[in-house]
Amino acid sequence: MARNKRAIPEINAGSMADIAFLLLIFFLVTTTMDVDKGLMVKLPPWSEEPPPEDNEIREKNIFVVLVNSNNQLLVEEEYMELKDLRSSTKLFIDNNGDGSCEDCRGARDPKSSENPTKAIISLQNDRGTSYDMFVKVRNELLGAYSELRNELALRKYGRAYDLLNEEGKAAVSEVYPQFISEAEPVSVGG
Amino acid sequence: MAQIRKKKSKETPPVSTASLPDIVFMLLFFFMVTTTMREVTLLVKVKKPKATEIQKLDRKDLTTYIYMGAPRNTELYGSEPRIQLDDQLGSVGDVQSFVILKREEINEAERPKFTVSIKADIDVKMGLISDLKQELRKAQALKISYSTNPAGSPEELYKTY
Repeated sequence: MARNKRAIPEINAGSMADIAFLLLIFFLVTTTMDVDKGLMVKLPPWSEEPPPEDNEIREKNIFVVLVNSNNQLLVEEEYMELKDLRSSTKLFIDNNGDGSCEDCRGARDPKSSENPTKAIISLQNDRGTSYDMFVKVRNELLGAYSELRNELALRKYGRAYDLLNEEGKAAVSEVYPQFISEAEPVSVGG
Repeated sequence: MAQIRKKKSKETPPVSTASLPDIVFMLLFFFMVTTTMREVTLLVKVKKPKATEIQKLDRKDLTTYIYMGAPRNTELYGSEPRIQLDDQLGSVGDVQSFVILKREEINEAERPKFTVSIKADIDVKMGLISDLKQELRKAQALKISYSTNPAGSPEELYKTY
């Protein structure tokens, strides 16, 4: 009995740091901190037959952006550099031809879009267009919308769009809803 | 006074390392929590394009990744861009069933949030990506994300073109 009462020798904790270091280095090496980021896109549902010709959408409410296989841009039937795409897209969305958008500051050009809720951007690309260029164009189109929303948020609430609460965001995006259509693949030549 | 001064040793006392394990454990737990292990080995080369208007994909468990690019092993698979689904190279025809299977795996209530992240190389042609998009539409996977790296400013994107 007396023997059992002998004190258990203490475990040497000196190597604890070494073990922890080993584990730490393992996790340091295997870790990938990259959070996946990307351009969020909503695709239209699949339909067997091509979408019916919608006569409701008037020609002037569609902003056609074509990218050919040489990665060149044709915007509203005119050649354009990528750096000018954002500003001309903004002009188109913000045009407010029929005056129904109170928060818009557009030029009210009768030949351009009627109001932001009717304005549609149609992005068409060739099969030979590079993914890089497509993403850049897509980025510019999204950028045009986010700049407009930001400007409106600053005017109305004095804060950037990202800093608004849910209500504010909903109100701003109601003025500028996003309508970007990625058309079915076509061969636009080049 | 003189005696006391003499007693003081000039050596600096050794720094106590007793708290070292604690510090290391703290770091260890940090990395254990933040770590995400690579789930697939990439069979294709992917150099992601850059963009500024990016959004974070916050729910990894609701996201399925599709990789596209030229195969790493060109002797075995050639140099034409291919689609990688999980750990193997597939073709456009396999995408639909792959995506449907992946969606079945997640909780029914959260299925509307199911997202497909397309990680494609900058040199992939849009033809292949359009085919993929059509397949995703057929599979009713309509929320997609073009995976990109953040760019510093929009001007940075204009230069390379």
